[in-house]
Amino acid sequence: MPVTAPLDTDGFVVSATFLGDVAAFASGEGSVFFAGGPETQTPVHKNGLLCATPSLDGKALITGGGDGKICKVSADGSVEELAEQPRKWIDLIAAGPQDSVAFASGRTAWVRLKTGEIKEFQLPRAFAGLAFAPKGMRLAASRYDGVTLFWVNAAGDPQELSWKGAHGLVTYSPDGKYLVTTMQENALHGWRLADSQDMRMTGYPAKVKSVSWSAKNKYLATSGAQAAILWPFTGKSGPMGQAPLELGVRGDSMVTTVCCHPQEEMLAIGYQDGMVMAVRFHDNAEVLLRRPGAGPVSALAWDKKGNRLAFGTEEGAAGVITLVD
Amino acid sequence: MSEAADSRIPVTVLTGYLGAGKTTLLNRILSENHGTRYAVIVNEFGEIGIDNDLLVESDEEVYEMNNGCICCTVRGDLIRTVENLMKRKGAFDAIIVETTGVADPAPVAQTFFMDDDVREAAKLDAVVAVVDARHVQQRLKDTKEAEDQIAFSDVILLNKTDLVSAEELVGVEAAIRKINPYAKIHHTERCQIEIGDVLDRGAFELDRILDLDPEFLKKAEHAHDHECGPDCDHDHHHHGHDHGHAHDHDHPDHECGPDCDHDHEDTHSVKSFSFTAGDLEPKVFFDWINQVTQIQGPNILRMKGILAFKDDPQRYVVQGIHMIVEGNHQRDWKDDEKRESRIVFIGRELDGAALKTAFEACVAE
Repeated sequence: MPVTAPLDTDGFVVSATFLGDVAAFASGEGSVFFAGGPETQTPVHKNGLLCATPSLDGKALITGGGDGKICKVSADGSVEELAEQPRKWIDLIAAGPQDSVAFASGRTAWVRLKTGEIKEFQLPRAFAGLAFAPKGMRLAASRYDGVTLFWVNAAGDPQELSWKGAHGLVTYSPDGKYLVTTMQENALHGWRLADSQDMRMTGYPAKVKSVSWSAKNKYLATSGAQAAILWPFTGKSGPMGQAPLELGVRGDSMVTTVCCHPQEEMLAIGYQDGMVMAVRFHDNAEVLLRRPGAGPVSALAWDKKGNRLAFGTEEGAAGVITLVD
Repeated sequence: MSEAADSRIPVTVLTGYLGAGKTTLLNRILSENHGTRYAVIVNEFGEIGIDNDLLVESDEEVYEMNNGCICCTVRGDLIRTVENLMKRKGAFDAIIVETTGVADPAPVAQTFFMDDDVREAAKLDAVVAVVDARHVQQRLKDTKEAEDQIAFSDVILLNKTDLVSAEELVGVEAAIRKINPYAKIHHTERCQIEIGDVLDRGAFELDRILDLDPEFLKKAEHAHDHECGPDCDHDHHHHGHDHGHAHDHDHPDHECGPDCDHDHEDTHSVKSFSFTAGDLEPKVFFDWINQVTQIQGPNILRMKGILAFKDDPQRYVVQGIHMIVEGNHQRDWKDDEKRESRIVFIGRELDGAALKTAFEACVAE
């Protein structure tokens, strides 16, 4: 039976992450809470914490806040300030290779390199999502009417991928072949980067706010329906012409957060009512991990081995569920 | 959304042309001791004193929804700002959105109806316009935005009244009334106003739509003694009721208020039309209102109505912005209340005569 160690944070759980064995929960109120380490709570941002993402080496949590600061928070509770853009709300953040960090506010994005050097990028409309390519220093920025791909270090014009409408989150497939955005309308849009072939993934009853790539690159799991929708990215054309998997179907609650297991073909699903389930891809076998309560699930994260799952909700409930000791 | 469990954050949209006094009003609201904590969304960080309030800078990013409808626009920056504010739930009680002087309030309002996440988190309370009594006539001549802001408002602060003569003020108010007959108008100097007259208005709440609007309600009582509503009686400068349509008093009548100006020199492109009738046939009405908002949506800035449907003991209230229409039963008609259907359209290039004919065709046999 899974065992849950609960934790109360004071605010909206913006993200959950494992930093080694320690689970870190970024709270919208401005602190990072820890479970399993010496620290229990570290104040990071004064005017709210708006975004957080683990560094690529998995050793730190990078956060952005309403105080315009970008901070690096370690499992021991230490906080290093990486950059500051005074009076800006930093609400987009992405961790890149070589300890680089991208962050944005309005129509400007910045990339901070390991050396501390900061490069600035501008768009005519607001940045809506940021993601680094899996290889090379390339930054994808979603925006109104498409995505712009910037080279961080090399000169040269950015590449534009156009598709009408307001794009939100942006994510590269782990093999770097596809780029997918969530949209303001209830849909995803994707591009096959080799030839900029468009792909539309629609049929959602709600906006897609959480996406997660499965191990081995086979599926993109998404929220936005009363089941987790998993689009297959096998074969030449990705999901085109293929039906998605629908896992964890419920009649009475929407999926709000998805997180693929790091090794197995299995998915953790968080629902609007606070329930958390783990579901296996091939036979839809379900395990209830958390009963409903304390607001919509807003964050999920597996540890590296996939033995433990951290969760958080919009009402500040959080915890670590141990599946395998 | 259930009304009982409505824990959504109220949002006041503060609009008004450059220099009208928006910032003065904002300062008043923020500095008064009312115990409410505001998150204020502004376009530029200004000189506003904001010790205990959250101030957020925001661009005016208008998105067309990708559904092919040109009037279905939302403000992308607002969606994002509200989403961010929701991560700080508990840090504030209400939101004020200050728009720049040239902003169109429609995409702001529509954001609160068309984006599911925003609609879940926040509810529009009212659009408040600050109007410069001295300069508004000129603004109305040379800009479309000033007119839109007035047309869209639920509350208007006719400000800087100390800078105009009493006579001028009458003219200014008449001009405003012609565009928007149902907004609540307050005369102010330096935005001196009771905060309660600006905030917590519930102007977009269906069951309060008309409570805020005594003129709208009063009109019906006068409909048969030919009093031309709150507007015509101020309108001295343009005509003497020589419009082409008949006022037949034995019939649910077109009120010769805001729409009396058909054939007169008039620089306003926004006009309002209000009609009254008796009991309506619901199916005919809904077919018509759906059609009219689908086709003329882009030209309809605001629409509000209170309706009596045949064999229905309850009042039905309806409101619209462009193509978005919502309606619901409000309460039983009271015994001493006259069952009467009233509707107001405020918009651009609307054919008042056609609307009137169509509305009257909804009357139940």
